[in-house]
Amino acid sequence: MDFLMNPLNLMTFFPLVGVAIILLIPRERKDAIRWTAVITSLVSFFVSLQMLMAFHAQNPGFQMVYDKVWMKTGGFEIHYALGVDGLSILLVLLTTLLTPISIFSAWTAIEDRVKEFAIAFLVMEVGMLGVFLALDLFTFFVFWEFSLVPMYFIIGIWGGPRRTYSAIKFMLYTMVGSVLMLVAILWLGLSQGTFSLPELLAKGSVPAHLQTWLFWAFALAFAIKVPMWPLHSWLPDAHVEAPTAGSVILAGVLLKMGTYGFLRFNLSLFPEASVRFAVPIAVLAIIGIIYGAMVAYAQKDFKKLVAYTSVSHLGFVMLGLFALNARGIAGGILQMINHGISTGALFLIVGIIYERTHTRDLSAFGGLWKIMPIYGAFSIIVALSSMGLPGMNGFIGEFTILMGAFESPVLGPAFAISAALGIVLAAVYILVMLQKVFLGPVKEKNLSLKDLNWREITVMAVLTVFIFWIGLHPAPFFNLMMPAVEKMAGGLQAAVLAMH
Amino acid sequence: MFFSEVTNQAGTFFYLAPWAVFFPVIGLLFNMAFGRKIGEKGVAMVAVAASTLSFVVAVLLWLSLRAQPEGTVIPLASWMTVVDVSWAFRVDTLAVTMMLVVGGVGSLIHLYAAGYMHYDVRYKGDPGRYGRFFVFMNLFIASMMLLVSGNSYLMLFVGWEGVGLCSYLLIGFWFEYDTKGNLSTENAKAGKKAFVANRIGDFGFMAAMFYMFTVFGTLNFDKVFAEVPAVASANPHALLIITLLLLLGVTGKSAQIPLYVWLPDAMAGPTPVSALIHAATMVTAGVYLVARSHVLYDAVPAAQHAVALVGALTALFAATIAVGQYDIKKVLAYSTISQLGFMVAAVGVGAYVAAMFHLIAHAFFKALLFLAAGSVIIALERAHHPLPEDGGAEGEHHGNDPEGFDPQDMRFMGGLRKVIPVTFWTYLIGGLALAGIPPLVAFFSKDEIIAEAKSADALVYWLLVTAAFLTAFYIGRQIFMVFFGEARSHAAEHAKESPWPMTSVLVTLAALSVAGGLLNWPRPYLAEWLGHTLGEVEAAGLNPVVAGTSATIAVVSLLLAWWLYGKRPLESAGQPDPLKRPLGWVFTGMEAKWWVDELYWAVVLNPYVALSRIAAAFDVRVIDETVNDTAWLTDFVGGKIARWQTGFVRNYALSVFVGVLLIFTYLLWR
Amino acid sequence: MVPTNYLIILSAVLFLIGVAGVLVRRNVLVVYMSIELMLNAANLAFAAFASAFGALDGQIAVFFVMTVAAAEVAVGLAILVTIFRTRQSVDVDSLHQLKG
Repeated sequence: MDFLMNPLNLMTFFPLVGVAIILLIPRERKDAIRWTAVITSLVSFFVSLQMLMAFHAQNPGFQMVYDKVWMKTGGFEIHYALGVDGLSILLVLLTTLLTPISIFSAWTAIEDRVKEFAIAFLVMEVGMLGVFLALDLFTFFVFWEFSLVPMYFIIGIWGGPRRTYSAIKFMLYTMVGSVLMLVAILWLGLSQGTFSLPELLAKGSVPAHLQTWLFWAFALAFAIKVPMWPLHSWLPDAHVEAPTAGSVILAGVLLKMGTYGFLRFNLSLFPEASVRFAVPIAVLAIIGIIYGAMVAYAQKDFKKLVAYTSVSHLGFVMLGLFALNARGIAGGILQMINHGISTGALFLIVGIIYERTHTRDLSAFGGLWKIMPIYGAFSIIVALSSMGLPGMNGFIGEFTILMGAFESPVLGPAFAISAALGIVLAAVYILVMLQKVFLGPVKEKNLSLKDLNWREITVMAVLTVFIFWIGLHPAPFFNLMMPAVEKMAGGLQAAVLAMH
Repeated sequence: MFFSEVTNQAGTFFYLAPWAVFFPVIGLLFNMAFGRKIGEKGVAMVAVAASTLSFVVAVLLWLSLRAQPEGTVIPLASWMTVVDVSWAFRVDTLAVTMMLVVGGVGSLIHLYAAGYMHYDVRYKGDPGRYGRFFVFMNLFIASMMLLVSGNSYLMLFVGWEGVGLCSYLLIGFWFEYDTKGNLSTENAKAGKKAFVANRIGDFGFMAAMFYMFTVFGTLNFDKVFAEVPAVASANPHALLIITLLLLLGVTGKSAQIPLYVWLPDAMAGPTPVSALIHAATMVTAGVYLVARSHVLYDAVPAAQHAVALVGALTALFAATIAVGQYDIKKVLAYSTISQLGFMVAAVGVGAYVAAMFHLIAHAFFKALLFLAAGSVIIALERAHHPLPEDGGAEGEHHGNDPEGFDPQDMRFMGGLRKVIPVTFWTYLIGGLALAGIPPLVAFFSKDEIIAEAKSADALVYWLLVTAAFLTAFYIGRQIFMVFFGEARSHAAEHAKESPWPMTSVLVTLAALSVAGGLLNWPRPYLAEWLGHTLGEVEAAGLNPVVAGTSATIAVVSLLLAWWLYGKRPLESAGQPDPLKRPLGWVFTGMEAKWWVDELYWAVVLNPYVALSRIAAAFDVRVIDETVNDTAWLTDFVGGKIARWQTGFVRNYALSVFVGVLLIFTYLLWR
Repeated sequence: MVPTNYLIILSAVLFLIGVAGVLVRRNVLVVYMSIELMLNAANLAFAAFASAFGALDGQIAVFFVMTVAAAEVAVGLAILVTIFRTRQSVDVDSLHQLKG
């Protein structure tokens, strides 16, 4: 009982209750299965709100920690440890928000094997929440791998024509990174005598010669997940083949596991190495921003276009994190949330039209705003938020990141200015997309398309509320993370001063 | 409400400032939610009321400011705490002047649009879109009010991009057509072009804000301006960079060289949009930005010089193009670019009051010209294919119009002064005002600019004078082509005067264009008023030499236009322009807009498209291929090694046995 | 009392017979019997050593081996029956699906 009294445990494992119930429901009763899945994930969401209420924003440390010895081997203790702090709380909330939304969005899109689909999503929620909450390197690794499996099945079973290829590519590519990370985790744990993150942080810095190796081992695993240029090529394939709900979660949450990993492990555990390698990472981030924008512009497939925008947007996140100052990191974290909301919504938009027309070819559309005015309005709002229009969420994140990069002692103006070019290029690809899909004359075959139903409106409206909320009044979001961010930035600042 | 309160306790009205933004937002939300239910009349009333209330707020602020001219700041809510910027409204004479222009002209144009759009949505065959138009218009008013009343560069930037968005949405309002009403993506592309060009400017604006925050540690106006002297002595380089980056923003929003190319295409939007956004208000935001940042610019003469030069060059360059255009709105578009050049040149030479004066004057007469042009276009449309309410059958076309008839092409007009007299007279007033004929408003404002330029910089002065000459010429050419001579199409012969909501607005604006000069002459009210914010009262007055010269230039130029276009008017639509022969390739260049669009395509856009395609191919052929090749290599090696697995149990057993033997041998012989 | 050496030699001979059986015979049943033979050879060695050293450990190990062998046969025969049902043969050489 003690275990479930902790909101983090309850939130993380409650979806399994839903899984158990769904297992008992006959597979023909699809709606019952769907409702169970949605309600279960909503319960997790409400528990996460309860966690938010109990969270002390002024405290920069871990809160609501649950720590039990899991295994004891050869003098080492592996713990099962969860906890939340300012760096992770927003991502946890994003996960609990996006999971019900994506299940809800797949109401009519998935008719085949509904039972397995719902189970996969609920199981994945367990994995994702575990990743963001884990306070022990081993617990983290277990959840990290655990979250991979359901997505593999989601792409592999409910995906498009090349689903097997994409699912295997996704799995293997991520595994390559994970293996190195596992080695790094063992190395770090054995050399420092503990796998526990708070203890590692309290111990202070890892010796410099170790830092370089461990930094890159972790960085490779996370860079693949982010994905950073040039390790991104699994992403377009995975997105294009994944069902809409899968894409939403993939873009919205799974990619954030990579950036979160950088934040949680690379920046906090290896500050000296982070300072030393900030420039190469930032260069890759900027290449990603510009390159992602250009490649997105050249796409003919709606979903692929959106997929490549992720490469561009996550470049911004990485740039912010490796600005190594409070503004950059805070902007990076907020941009993770923004990307989850905006790109998640963009994938929903692609999914909505794909469900109606069964094509994603940009040239097959045109003038949809005329035929589907509500759809058009939501799409334009989301697209504008994605290109960073002030008053909406994307701008807040991008501006804070660029400001952080600009005044960063390790990066500086040249980085911020070249990244800001990405904002111009974002306007290009977003506006071209809007023009091809929503403006211009209507194609004859699209004349009878139906506008959004109440279910789709609900989903889009929820995301739109967040788009404007973060855009107009981001203070509550920043307040949650600032103490933790400032503490981390303080540590990095010390490392910067020591290096120069 | 209690007027005594206004005069006695004027300060009490400052708190209303945010409502200048809230009213239009409420209006647009209401129309978004209930637009379909309350019908055209209801939508128009709500929208006009929202805009008018916003204007009323501006008036109340003005009254309050008369008692407390130093103004105040009204904080509203926290916003971007990480850069220490909150939602706060700045009420001072500069901001309220802009608010009055935006609210006043905006409300008039809302009223006009209520009539205009009634026809427009029917000609385009989608009456349901009436409401959407006013949603965007209210959004524009809200954004523009935010732009001019923000208390920090960041808040100004929100409005700055907001108006850019409205511009995009309204240019592409008829996104399924081109300007001639054929199915096409042309209008949508024009909107995209405007937004992208603006974004390039905004890139400069953002970069300027980054520098500014790094140097000044804040983006709030007061704090930045207070620090300027210290920074100017310690780090003049930074100030130069900041001001030049801001100038990039100005060239985007205010359509200056090199980013002006979007504005002519922006005429794809409905005419009230062209009048409000692309003539009277939004495009002047750049002028406002420089005026607002005058402390920064005053500290960096080099940047000032750059601003003045950009403005003057644009003024002349755009005026030459305007001479060669046939589309009634394109002429006005290039004229707008040119006049914006005058204003930018004015702020560049430090004549902020003159620039603001011309900004207000331009808001009056250019809005008038655009709206009158809209009235002309609608008049021709109504004669070309009458609506049922004008006695025509659905979709009927009069076949007697010449081939390729275009209601915006001046070659199909002529003689309109007789059929649409109200439009004609108001157009004439607007045109003469633009030309700078005394005593109309632009005579005074343009004169002040030229006078200031003369004392500041000879090159700028001569550029502006030449531009002024061309200005009078192209507007003369337009008036003679449109209103004089004989009708060159069936539609022009049977054009119908517009209804009262439209004409009453025209008359009001015409009155303002006539009387507007009183703002700053004979007594310099405007200079005194703005002096509270801009910190200096220019004793500009009227320079008799300059005034006489420019009036003479205007008259001579108009006479030249009459000699070419009025004395022997065009007889048919197909006749070549009388200037074509004497000017030769120069006129061809003017007609072709000096091939700037083509140049940009060749130098920037096509290479970008090509580069993107290359990048996309690179992504598949190189980056992804490397990944797949790695997989293939693993597969290949694995395949080779797998041969050892024969599948026969006995082979495995034998190898196990051999292995055991080897281990034993090793253990024994160790 | 039989000398321990004899027992060890007998155990080795039995083991080698088992090995030969596994390697040579094709019938799965015979292969199984050969494996049993090897296991029992090991048992014999255990028991011999146990009595030689006068300790019980070896005899206990014998019981473990017997239990495991019984379990293995149970599972193995079940697999065998299944294979026979699908393939109508218990020839080990026909079972080479794991060929790389």
